[in-house]
Amino acid sequence: MAAMPGTPFALPLPTQAFPLILRDVACARGEARVFGGLDLAVEAGGLWLVRGANGAGKTTLLRLLAGLLKPAGGAALWGDGRAPRTVPERAVLVGHQEALKPALSVAENLGFWARFHGVTENPWPHASDPFGVWALADVPVRALSAGQKRRVSLTRLAFARAPLWLLDEPTTALDAAGQRIVWELVALHRRRGGAAVVTTHAKGTVDGANELVLGEAR
Amino acid sequence: MTVFLAVLRRDLLLALRDGAGTWTVLGFFVIAVAVFPLGIGPEPQVLARIAPGVLWAMALLAALLSLDTLFEGDYRDGSLEILLSAELLPELLVLAKALAHWLATGLPLALAAPLLGVFLHLPGEAMPVLFASLLLGTPVLSLLGAVGAALALGARRATVLLAVMVLPLAAPVLIFGAGAVESAQTGLAAAPSLLILGGVALCALAVCPVAAAAALRQAVE
Repeated sequence: MAAMPGTPFALPLPTQAFPLILRDVACARGEARVFGGLDLAVEAGGLWLVRGANGAGKTTLLRLLAGLLKPAGGAALWGDGRAPRTVPERAVLVGHQEALKPALSVAENLGFWARFHGVTENPWPHASDPFGVWALADVPVRALSAGQKRRVSLTRLAFARAPLWLLDEPTTALDAAGQRIVWELVALHRRRGGAAVVTTHAKGTVDGANELVLGEAR
Repeated sequence: MTVFLAVLRRDLLLALRDGAGTWTVLGFFVIAVAVFPLGIGPEPQVLARIAPGVLWAMALLAALLSLDTLFEGDYRDGSLEILLSAELLPELLVLAKALAHWLATGLPLALAAPLLGVFLHLPGEAMPVLFASLLLGTPVLSLLGAVGAALALGARRATVLLAVMVLPLAAPVLIFGAGAVESAQTGLAAAPSLLILGGVALCALAVCPVAAAAALRQAVE
């Protein structure tokens, strides 16, 4: 995949709010404590690979960074003192749930998320299509395979203008080519000053990535 | 505002596309009303007498039919938490979804009701009042339903739970809605009932989005 001129990837990112810093953060789901004493700094251009056994709190950490969950202890703050949120100028979360409507077509689903991310002047399909889902534009999402759904869901990254990407096991269900595209997009995003926090079970590592293993320092 | 419009647009599209949307609701309304003449017999006086109550009660049930899916789909596929964490106020999100629900069900019900009124021998002079009362009353059902749907999120058999929660709250709407049509039918002034209905609608508009947004926040915690 070549650099993508004329796409949102060419647009400047609002990166001045970095770093996002977690200090002594503890997290609980209901009554159960998931993890505690976590320190983490997400810098501009940084990449954190989050590993850990099932139930170690990887998804919980992403939800916390997205502002969907309040820390049970400690503080999570952006550089400008604001709490984490998934707004276009802060973070975008692509989770296990695809957030796609089975009854709507690929183009309709992505059009909705493009508008949600504030892409009004140039909505999909004119925006970039790194995962090659344009060929499926008119297909209802219910007819897609798991891997295709994931590709559609990840395409949201191409028009999200958020500096922080939160990806929850993005390579699940993807074929080798799809997985490569994910890591290329992450690299591209880091080069323009964005950061990513990615949970993964994959063994390999990425250049300049920090690793966080949950469930060890408990 | 873009997010508000995007949600509205998508929900309308879904209502027209999905099985549980506009067409099912309208179909239920027509068939449920048509059952009454079959059961009671074709005497015009009797049918005209029960017409306001039947039309209003069936419209209420038809609107309820589609409410359980109001937030359920977004909740299950993860859209809801993304939408809730956006810069759009949750109250406005509720409003967008309730408005989409009303446009997709309440408005078609109000439009279809006069046709079914003819079927039940409702006199012509009561038709405009029937239409007006449904136009004022169905938004209340969408708004109350939004609160119910938000509270019932994640519960099993949410449809039944929703009906149990929303039907008692919707009683005033039914009373004044059917009351207005009955007044018009018997030559009395329908305006007082319609005004009260309008007042109820404004109250619901002010209170329901706040209540539903609180319930949604609770649900995604």
